[in-house]
Amino acid sequence: MLSTAILIAFALVSAAIGLTLWRLLTGPDTPDRILALDTLYVNAIALLVLLGMHLSSALYFEAAILIAMMGFVGTVALCKYLLRGDIIE
Amino acid sequence: MLEITLSALIIIGALFTFIGSLGLVRMPDFYTRLHGPTKATTLGVGSLLIASMIYFSTQGQGVSFHEILVTLFLFITAPVSAHLLSKAALHLGVESLSKPPPEVERADADGAGTP
Repeated sequence: MLSTAILIAFALVSAAIGLTLWRLLTGPDTPDRILALDTLYVNAIALLVLLGMHLSSALYFEAAILIAMMGFVGTVALCKYLLRGDIIE
Repeated sequence: MLEITLSALIIIGALFTFIGSLGLVRMPDFYTRLHGPTKATTLGVGSLLIASMIYFSTQGQGVSFHEILVTLFLFITAPVSAHLLSKAALHLGVESLSKPPPEVERADADGAGTP
């Protein structure tokens, strides 16, 4: 039962990543694309957590923590660039 | 019982993640699109992380605390990045479906209060 639930969750999260990629490619404005990137890294964390449960390995959390930190820094840097035209003033 | 709880948490989390991304695609303008991912997706990932915490804590290797770090980090940073994104969109003048409030329109007509 648990393995079936994990497989269904894999399908749902992969579909979510597909939808996010569609918005990333066709987004009309720059903030739309940055929002799609932001959602993409959160979805990638969900996929990594699911993979860790599927393989019964706790190693994938280090990768999830790294993606969470780097993704946030990337979003902030891109928004700062849009707001001020520069990242570090 | 444990397996049912875990399966329910995993399915709920994946569903919320999917609905958040669906909102990102289906909503009509940027400011409504901001809602889907920043609320639903964070809740979905939080639910998945709780499921993972229960799963690894019942494996017999002691309590697992890694997930709390990811959860805390995501829950602190999601509102900050949403706020910055909306600020950037306002700065660029991204089209919104709703009209600005009447005070702003009057100030625009006078030409005095425009920033």
